[in-house]
Amino acid sequence: MTTKYTTDHEWINIEDHEACVVGITHHAQDALGDVVFVDLPEVGRSYTKGEIAGVVESVKAAADVFMPLTGEVVEVNEALRAEPALANTDPLGNGWFFKVRIADMAQFDELMDAPAYDALLKTL
Amino acid sequence: MLMSALKSLGELENSAEFAARHIGPSAADEAAMLAVVAPGVPNFTRRALIEAIVPRAIARNKPMQLPAPLSEAQALAEMKAIAAKNTVLKSFIGQGYHGTLTPGVILRNILENPAWYTAYTPYQAEISQGRMEALVNFQTMVCDLTGMAMANASMLDEATAAAEAMTLARRSVKSKSNTFVVAGDCHPQTIEVIRTRAAPLGLNVVLANSAAEWNSLVAGGDYFAVLLQMPTTDGSIHDVREDAARIHAHNAAFIIAADLLALTLITPPGELGADIALGTTQRFGVPMGAGGPHAAYLACRDEFKRSLPGRLVGVSIDSHGNPAYRLALQTREQHIRREKATSNICTAQVLLAVIASMYAVYHGPAGLKRIAQRVASYTAILAQGLKDLGVQVRSTTAFDAITVDSADQTDAIAAKAVAAGMNLRRYPEWGNTMLGINLDETTTRDDISALWQLFAQPGQTLPDMAAFEKGIEPMIPPELRRTSPFLTHPVFNSHHSETQMLRYIRSLSDKDLALDRSMIPLGSCTMKLNATSEMIPITWAAFADMHPFAPREQLAGYWDMNDQLCAWLSQATGYAGVSLQPNAGSQGEYAGLLVIKAWHESRGEAHRNICLIPESAHGTNPASAQMAGMTVVVTKCDAMGNVDMDDLQRQCEKHSANLAAVMITYPSTHGVFEVRVKDLCALVHQHGGRVYVDGANMNALVGVAAPGEFGGDVSHLNLHKTFCIPHGGGGPGVGPVAVVADLVPFLPAHRTAGLGGKHSVGAVSAAPLGNAAVLPISWMYCRMMGAEGLRDATEVAILSANYIAARLSPHYPVLYSGGDARLQGGGVAHECIIDIRPLAKTTGVGAEDVAKRLIDYGFHAPTLSFPVAGTLMIEPTESEPLAELDRFCDAMIAIRAEIATVESAAWPQDDNPLKNAPHTAASLLKAEWSHPYGREVAAYPLSALRRQKYWAPVGRVDNVWGDRNLSCSCPPLSAYES
Repeated sequence: MTTKYTTDHEWINIEDHEACVVGITHHAQDALGDVVFVDLPEVGRSYTKGEIAGVVESVKAAADVFMPLTGEVVEVNEALRAEPALANTDPLGNGWFFKVRIADMAQFDELMDAPAYDALLKTL
Repeated sequence: MLMSALKSLGELENSAEFAARHIGPSAADEAAMLAVVAPGVPNFTRRALIEAIVPRAIARNKPMQLPAPLSEAQALAEMKAIAAKNTVLKSFIGQGYHGTLTPGVILRNILENPAWYTAYTPYQAEISQGRMEALVNFQTMVCDLTGMAMANASMLDEATAAAEAMTLARRSVKSKSNTFVVAGDCHPQTIEVIRTRAAPLGLNVVLANSAAEWNSLVAGGDYFAVLLQMPTTDGSIHDVREDAARIHAHNAAFIIAADLLALTLITPPGELGADIALGTTQRFGVPMGAGGPHAAYLACRDEFKRSLPGRLVGVSIDSHGNPAYRLALQTREQHIRREKATSNICTAQVLLAVIASMYAVYHGPAGLKRIAQRVASYTAILAQGLKDLGVQVRSTTAFDAITVDSADQTDAIAAKAVAAGMNLRRYPEWGNTMLGINLDETTTRDDISALWQLFAQPGQTLPDMAAFEKGIEPMIPPELRRTSPFLTHPVFNSHHSETQMLRYIRSLSDKDLALDRSMIPLGSCTMKLNATSEMIPITWAAFADMHPFAPREQLAGYWDMNDQLCAWLSQATGYAGVSLQPNAGSQGEYAGLLVIKAWHESRGEAHRNICLIPESAHGTNPASAQMAGMTVVVTKCDAMGNVDMDDLQRQCEKHSANLAAVMITYPSTHGVFEVRVKDLCALVHQHGGRVYVDGANMNALVGVAAPGEFGGDVSHLNLHKTFCIPHGGGGPGVGPVAVVADLVPFLPAHRTAGLGGKHSVGAVSAAPLGNAAVLPISWMYCRMMGAEGLRDATEVAILSANYIAARLSPHYPVLYSGGDARLQGGGVAHECIIDIRPLAKTTGVGAEDVAKRLIDYGFHAPTLSFPVAGTLMIEPTESEPLAELDRFCDAMIAIRAEIATVESAAWPQDDNPLKNAPHTAASLLKAEWSHPYGREVAAYPLSALRRQKYWAPVGRVDNVWGDRNLSCSCPPLSAYES
């Protein structure tokens, strides 16, 4: 498995270390409801782990999107910007948010794997 | 006649008559209600109920000292005597406040019409389509006149709009500077409020006091935004066509404060490259009223729209695919963002925005332009005539205002003007050697002659008006004259006869539910009676036609009213001092926190900046705290919604050295009288902090308990809740701030109006008395109720909430009740929360579905999902009669039976009268009907509805569609073709 999860309900797929893909989980999109707007990070900018890198908004809620690992943003999902509903319909696929070149692989190990994240969801 | 049948004169004079009119239930009704509330307790009394609900520890130790109540007629006579102390002079002051002619059809059918002024904020879109159409007209009007892409549905006043523009710019531009450059010829009250707002945020305000300073500062580039005004406060029109590019080159924002009437003739901000435009719409038919209420506007370029503060009405579609309005982008607002909010603005100025928009509908683009051209022509004639008289006219450009050099004659001429019934503009801050004359829609040719006369030497012949009959070139620079069209939408070009206008206004109000049709049981909003006799004085000329910066002695009636009302509010709250300046509850909160901050600073403890706020607080609390420069720490609540005292104690200890304040709401937002509130206050004081008691729920306290007595240091009141100012469809509000004795020196002042005080936090509103013109409403209420009447109102409000809790508790869980076994509903304060979540799990029917189904029953929904998601909070107030309380309970119980039908699977979870609510007449008249319930069930679930029925004008509004396809201006007529 190369997909890991954060306690902020984001996923990160690190198959390609130069361009790890970040998005929000099924649980996150379900809690938000119909997503109407996303604000995406600046391409080329470096963010530290935990820094606010974007915003996702539904009609009733607004949530910050946090950078799961320190790194530089290399690409953002323009299709998502144009069609925020992708975050609801395909959060793990076409509804991805941005790609990041990560600086420190050690941070990756601290994140949850799928069974750990599932266990977290059961406690909510 | 037997002696025993004789009534005393006191009884016959019946001075408490108004209280009995204001309070809905009669004595007999009360007895019946008490029997339902406490079925097992014979002869249960209201007093016994209050003692069961309100903790003994906080009960008032002495009654309020208010004058004995007057009848409606007597109170009006006394109010009239106070109004007569105001001196109404013809105002040529300008400075953002202008004479205007409110069209009679708008005055009587909107400003004086409860169908408009008693409506609530349009959160329930389906029953608010009329006023939202008017607000979309307002937004369209502002966008058209300013040339900007997006405008909100109004701000509180021009000065706070400028402060909001400052912070909007700060979060929207790339510049990292903390400096805000402000042209020195903006209105002084605008500059004053900007300074108040900038300081706690660490923003640096730099004034440009000359063209040279302006050029040098703009070229310097160390700023995140610049603000200029057009025309300037002295009436000039600067050529700023080059400035936008220079400002944008520094990644900063260009903000223009502009006069809407002038914009019919001069190049609008959008065409000058402005990023943000703001101003007042007062002169579009809204009386000056000593400073308010008026609707300010705030507009921006499209890229900034998600950061725009304030309410925004958008166009969406309903469940049938037809256009429908609703509040858009609500995630920008403080109730969702909380401590991350960038503005605390909550209330807008809807009633006044509606009036301004209707003024534009009534006059249309050609009519507005004619008014503006007349004003501009008179201004040019005035200037020419003065020059002919040998007066030194300073102005070389102008729309409606000029200045003249008056040198050492300044005071003498100003005094001569007052003697002749005219107020001129003074410029004390600019050396008192010039006078300003600002004309407006009300100016006549006789006024021009009278003004000439003021400046003419003895024996000098006045200029001949006949020389100007053929027209005169205005003083607007030719290169800055507007060429682009505006208000081209049909709505601004259709309703110019009075008949059409009357019917347009009526057609909109017919779509809406306001208090003139039914109870509005909104928890925490206190939708009580706004009595007609309370409303009558606000349009008297002696109140309506006063300029806020007229000489103080001319405003004597206003200040007398201020002093009396402040004294009465002190009695009601137990505090030592009150300021009526904040023009909304959020502004009162902000002012109160500034007072606490200033007090700490005065003691050398400026480092105290931690504000503890329980998680159950209203969203404005954390938003106001961050605007006041405080750091918000959220504390926990227990399962009852009460402040978790253990957590609060931990946080107080942890932050003891830096504790500034704790903000609590009392009774809590969950409608609970927390027993330990005195301990809480003592704990906070022990750690050096002050206690802010949010007065949102004051309707449960007046006459019963006083925050100033049980440990509060500061509170704001919502006069538009507890003290009868109508909600106006979402404003105006009035949010006085009240404080204990040692904080009185820090209350807001207003240096522009000559009101100082070295410890004062300064001005928080454009005008010294904020929304002064609606203060007579609260004055009349207190004067007619008296101390006993006010206490009775509180007690009946609590009784009515307990009656509803008692009737509904067999059908729905009532949350956070006191668990008093004698009381059928367990015991609640002035509101009760019923839980829909368990039903949602089994039936898919949620609180929102119940809210929308209530529309079919003819009701505005209770407060939805606040303070707890998935619940409804009901506040009946003291004003609703028992019959209306029963009608509401019957509707809720009938809806519960409908949910039971879904539970029994007789109706599917996704196709039932609740999910499909509200039902429009059109949807019921369609030939095909495929639902598992009949049309009669949809429209007439209770037989009484056959006699009187409110028909929703649209089906359920699609919020998601609207936010994904954002449009906030008038839809083309083709959108309505089916």
